This record gives sequence, structure tokens and C-alpha cells, in this order.
Amino acid sequence: MGTAVVTAPPQSRARNLGKLFRDGDQITHFVTFLFAASVFLVTVFLVYELWIHSGPSRAKFGFGFLTSRTWDPVADQFGALPFIYGTVLTSFLALLISVPLGVGAAIFLAELAPPRFSNICTFLVELLAAVPSVILGLLAIFTLVPIMRQSIEPFLKHTLGYLPLFQGPAYGVGYLTAGIILAIMTFPFIISISREALLVVPREQREAALALGATKWESTWQVVVPYARLGIIGSVFLALARALGETMAVTMVIGNNTGIHTSLLSPGYTIAAIIANDFSEASGDMYLSSLVELGLVLFALTMVLNAAAQLLIIATTGKGSKQP
Amino acid sequence: MKTSLIWNTTLWIAVFTAAGTMAASAETINAAGATFPAPIYQKWFEEFHKAHPDIQINYQAIGSGGGIRQLTEATVDFGASDMPMTNDELSKVSKYKVLHFPTVLGGIVPTYNVPGAASLKFSDATLSGIYLGSIKKWNDAALKKDNPGVNLPNEDITVVHRSDGSGTSFVFTDYLAKVSPEWKSKVGVNTSVNWPVGLGGKGNEGVAGLVKQTPFSIGYVELIYAVQNKMEYGLLKNAAGNFVKADFNTVSDAAAGAAKDMPADFRVSITNAPGKNAYPLSSFTWLLIPDKFTDQTKKKSIVDFLQWMLTTGQADAQALSYAPLPKSIVAQEQKQIALIK
Repeated sequence: MGTAVVTAPPQSRARNLGKLFRDGDQITHFVTFLFAASVFLVTVFLVYELWIHSGPSRAKFGFGFLTSRTWDPVADQFGALPFIYGTVLTSFLALLISVPLGVGAAIFLAELAPPRFSNICTFLVELLAAVPSVILGLLAIFTLVPIMRQSIEPFLKHTLGYLPLFQGPAYGVGYLTAGIILAIMTFPFIISISREALLVVPREQREAALALGATKWESTWQVVVPYARLGIIGSVFLALARALGETMAVTMVIGNNTGIHTSLLSPGYTIAAIIANDFSEASGDMYLSSLVELGLVLFALTMVLNAAAQLLIIATTGKGSKQP
Repeated sequence: MKTSLIWNTTLWIAVFTAAGTMAASAETINAAGATFPAPIYQKWFEEFHKAHPDIQINYQAIGSGGGIRQLTEATVDFGASDMPMTNDELSKVSKYKVLHFPTVLGGIVPTYNVPGAASLKFSDATLSGIYLGSIKKWNDAALKKDNPGVNLPNEDITVVHRSDGSGTSFVFTDYLAKVSPEWKSKVGVNTSVNWPVGLGGKGNEGVAGLVKQTPFSIGYVELIYAVQNKMEYGLLKNAAGNFVKADFNTVSDAAAGAAKDMPADFRVSITNAPGKNAYPLSSFTWLLIPDKFTDQTKKKSIVDFLQWMLTTGQADAQALSYAPLPKSIVAQEQKQIALIK
């Protein structure tokens, strides 16, 4: 029959395919492209789902959702402001504590500490990063909260009580406690990544600085750290992302109060915490869709802050010392 | 050696396949809903499965709201809830009507941290006043009047409530709305409300933890939680004017008190129920059963389970710290079973 005619082209096609396989470039290109695209698709799908399911709430409250302070499931009135405020405030407090601490520790571990000690420390830091947040939350309830209530908060009130930031009753739970627990959760990331970034700074950089008469400290602070700046900033933004989205530990120590308070000692709320608290028992379409819209707001907040981060990196890289 | 290994493997595969087919031949019923009665439901479903090996009921404790949602969308065979479905929620169920079957009772107790003051008494007006924020100090005249002879300190009251949406909060706010018109108009009743004052703790353990650690605080937890953790709790004044301590009997009395005026569909709140010893912060928890089944074997299994639950099953309640149903209500429910088609 016509077998000979039919078989010829597949054979040559097979040979082409075989060649492709041998080269591997195109296949690798295609497969990795699929993987990368899946990240993009998941993100798009996520936004799409949040957008669709928050429809009723967006239609009813509009942009007022972002500025309203009411969260009343009985009256079906919902607003996101106390949660946005709490999320941004606690994350900011967390970074305020964890960035100096984390970067400082990374500099010590990468530049100054004996290698053996540095390795042990890094191992412990990585263990700390792997502690589940619910465990940290429980520890916070039983140890951090009493310390805050009995010692730290009364001390702050006593010494800095004239500032509106440190007024009101000391409950032990609140923005500050949440900020501290978030700092504990985020600083292992900062240490770990910043240390890596500092370790890959070429030896020549240090040697050149020393050869020019710089002290060890000057070479570290003026040469090595600026060189590793990108990695350090990256670690900070990873920490920020974690702080913004952290749910369990924060819910357990923030006090879950839907007010907006200036005092850091007051109980508050974050977006992730209200979603975790209310979602399982939320009945009623408006209630549910408002919770979904909060998810959308959190997503947008993360995007905005990440974009700001990128801009900051671009700005500082442009102005700072050129990388050789 | 090698052949015996192959034989072994083949045998094991055969055994597993047989077990698999056996499991598959059992009728599987899926249910979801309230977390508060989950421990007794798990026990019931397990015991019922032992008595009827061909029926397997899976229960997912996803919360009352989730149970109602899944039942509405007919993704489960039946649901469970700590609060009765509202008319609005019932109207959204299109495929069948939903029947409410009370299963056991629970109570909610006030727990507090006031050094030196044991077994405090709270009247309806003081409890609502505290949660509205109008009673701010422990030595308030109203609290002193409820507790003559107790040395109450001149300290601010720290109010603690549940932060997560829960049936417990629903019952608690339902009670406050019944006894306080101000609560009803300003706050209302729901699984989660806009609390006028206080801190939120997640779950019973969150509330209990905050109360335990914060001097001069007050919170509320489920009776079972308080019993299991040997917590001190206060007495509440009931509709008859007596201060009553929550236990299985006083909670069951609340149900018995409500039995006389029981609506046909069992959708009833028994907070502040009449009766000399009725504990005012009591509630049923319900199974939500469709009244129509396309699959008749499934229907029979569920009917069998309900019969079993109302008779044999009730005996398990106290061991797990739930209050059993009073006899009068069991009789009323047995009549409702006939409505399942």
C-alpha cells in the first residue's frame, strides 16, 4: 500500500524532534516558559476571583469601603479603614524593629563572627524562620503578653506617656505586641538573606578598601554593605510581605478591636486577622463579599508597597555607587 | 526469595483491593457545620457506624455559617448549626425544605478575673451594662447590689468577647438583646457584631486566656469549655428572678421551659427561658436535614440515625459535657422525622 509514502515524513519529523531533544534549548525554553506562565496565570486568576466575589460589596459601598470605619455585620455596614490602618501600622512597627536588628546581625555573622559561630547561628536563625506562626502566637499569648502588660507597657507609659502613642490602659495585647511578634517572625528572613548577600561580595572589594587604609568597620560599612544593598533591600521587602499577610499570630495578640487608635498600646485589627476570624461563620452575601473585598484590598496593598519597593531600588541603584 | 516477594506483594494488593471494595460498598453520607457540637457528633457517627457498618457519616466542623452555605448549595447531605436558619436563609434553599432537629444543649457562662471574688452573680441588667460599656468599674452600684457582702475592687472592667464569628457569640448577643432594649437597638444579634467595648479573643481558648491573664476582666465561654478546664464561672439571674449556676440540669431545664411554646419547626431561641431553675444563657444546637431525598437508601440511613440519636445517642451527651434533650422535646422531634420523604 502507500506505507512507504506515509512513513517517510514522520521519520524526518522524528529526526527533527530528536535533534530538538538533543539540543534541549527549545524544550527547556518551552517548559520553563510554561512554569513561569503558571505563576502569572495563578495571580490573574486570584485577582479575577476576588474581583468577581467582591462584586456586591463593591457595588454597594464603592470607594467608601476604603474610608469607612464601621464594621457591623448586624446592620450589613462594612468598611476597611481600621483594618488597613492596623495592617500598615503593625507591619511598619515590625520592620522598625526587625530591619536594624536583622541587618546588624547579618553584618556581624557575615563579616565579623568566626565562621564556625556564624554557621551555627545561621542554622538557628533558619530554624526560627521555620517555626509555624500559630506556635509563635501561642508563645506570645503566654509569655510576651504578660511581659508587655506588666513591665514594658507600664514603663513606656511612665517614660513616654506624654506622647499620644503611649497612652491608655495596658492590656498587653495591641498594635505594639503584634508589631513585636511580627518582628520576631520577619527578622530571620532579613538575617538569612542579607547574610547571603554580604557573603557574595567579592573579596577584592574588601581588600581594595583595606589597601586604601580603611579600617575593618569602614570597609564593611562603606564598601561591603553598599555593594550588597540590593540583597538587603530584597530581604526587607520579603519581610514586609510576610508581615502584611501574617494571620494567626497577629490575631492572637492584637486584641481584635475594630476601632482606630493612635496609641500603640491599644487593641486593633488587621486585614488578615478579620478574614480569619469572620470567614467561617459569615452568613449573608454582603458580609461574605465584604470579606472577599478585604482580601482584594490586602492584595492591592501588597502590590502598591512592592511597587514602591521596586521604585526605591531603582532610585537608589541609579544614584548610588555603580556596581563594577 | 524473589518469587515469594512477588507473591507477598500480590497478596497485599489483593487484600487492599478487597478492603477498598468493602469500604466503597458502605453508604457514605456527608455532613458539615457547627464546631461546638463536633466532639459529640464525631462520637455519635462513629458509634452509629459500629452498630450499622454499612453506613458511614463524615462530618466536617467548618462552622455553622459554612454548614448552612453548603446545605443551601446541596453539596452536603445534611448540615449542622448553632443557630436556627433565618427565613431569608431558608428561602434561598430551592431543592428541598430544611428541617431543624435539636440534638443537644449547651450553655454559655460568664468567666472573670477578680482576685478574691468567687462565684459572682450577674443580673441581666449588669451583664448587658458591662458589655455596652455603661458599667465601667467592678464596684459599680449595680454589681454591688447583685453581690451583697462581696468586696468588689475599684478597678476598671476589661471586657473580653469572641473575635471570631461563632454560635457562642450568637447565643450571647441573643440573650443580651432579649434582656436589654438598648443592646437590641444599638448592637443586635449575630455570630459577630460591632462590639461597643472590649478586646477580642479567638475561640474559647482565646477568651479564656485573655481573661485568665488580665486582672479585672470578664469574658464568656461555652459551659463545656469551662467544665473541662475547671474554670470558675458566675451565676446569672434568670427570667424567674433566681440566680442560677450553669450545669447540665439547669441548661436542660431551660429547654423544658421552652418546650411548652415550641414552634413546629424547632427554630427557637431558649435564652432567658421561663422556669424556676432554667439557666438563661442556654441554647440548642441543630442538625439541618433536607425533607426530600432522591436516594431512598440514604434517606433511610439518615432517618435511622435520627432515631438512634434521639434515644441511644442522648446517653452519650453528659459524658462529653453536653446537656441532653428533655423527654418532651425528644417526643416532638420523633414526630418530625415522619416529614422526611
